[in-house]
Amino acid sequence: MKLLTAFIIGSVFGLGIAISGMANPAKVLNFFDIAGSWDPSLLFVMGGALVITAIGYRLVFGQRTAPLFDKGFMVPTSTQIDRYLVVGSAVFGTGWGISGFCPGGAIPALGLGYVEAMQFVGAMIAGIVVGRLINMRFLKPAAA
Amino acid sequence: MITEFTPYSSLLGGVLIGVAATLLMAFHGRVAGMTGILQGVLPPLSADWQWRAVFLAGAIAAPFVFVNLGGTVDFAVPVATLPLIAGGFVVGIGVYFGSGCTSGHGVCGMARLSPRSIVATLVFMAAAFVTVYVTRHVMGG
Repeated sequence: MKLLTAFIIGSVFGLGIAISGMANPAKVLNFFDIAGSWDPSLLFVMGGALVITAIGYRLVFGQRTAPLFDKGFMVPTSTQIDRYLVVGSAVFGTGWGISGFCPGGAIPALGLGYVEAMQFVGAMIAGIVVGRLINMRFLKPAAA
Repeated sequence: MITEFTPYSSLLGGVLIGVAATLLMAFHGRVAGMTGILQGVLPPLSADWQWRAVFLAGAIAAPFVFVNLGGTVDFAVPVATLPLIAGGFVVGIGVYFGSGCTSGHGVCGMARLSPRSIVATLVFMAAAFVTVYVTRHVMGG
């Protein structure tokens, strides 16, 4: 049951990404190209997702102390704004601006069957693995 | 390359993403951050990798089914293979150290008004705007 709901929820997420245009690098890059072929559609994606999630979370947290299938809500509790967060996010944004893909856009794009999505996701996984190795060898104990 | 302005389908897609994020919290108590979910299925596997794997399978299966039932999803990559792959690697490094991406920080974290997520979202959006400006208008890509 737990796996069935996770599959269904993942499907809703993936369908939303595909319909929204987030899985289309041309559209994503045009959103960031204010000085050129600007396409403001992604404002509607972010706006719709944010409003629904904000209301949805309020309802969930207001009515329950735990999720249906687990002992408690696993919500990130850290409030520390450190250099990992800021530099990491700047690096992510740079890669997003180069490629037009973010993780949430690229993984559902795999289902569309385009080789570019596979190339991107393969490289992204390599980046995450290398990040982990750097972290474990040279920096703080494994986090995230 | 011009893309068509699609306020209705983009809003509908955004609403579905929000519904998915709400349901994942209500049923599983987890934030719908693609970076975090993906990391749990990479070695070393997290203890709860199973639900993560089926979530990802669903996220891939739904667009596949949608287009095979006759739905259309516009797709174009106006980027050469080398920058596409380099961008993927850079994204992977960035989301690992930044602890999240557009779905995790930008949707779930901002919805909780998490200061970390608000900062992360402002930073990665700003970086993407600057990168596209530089690649398209300064370097003339």
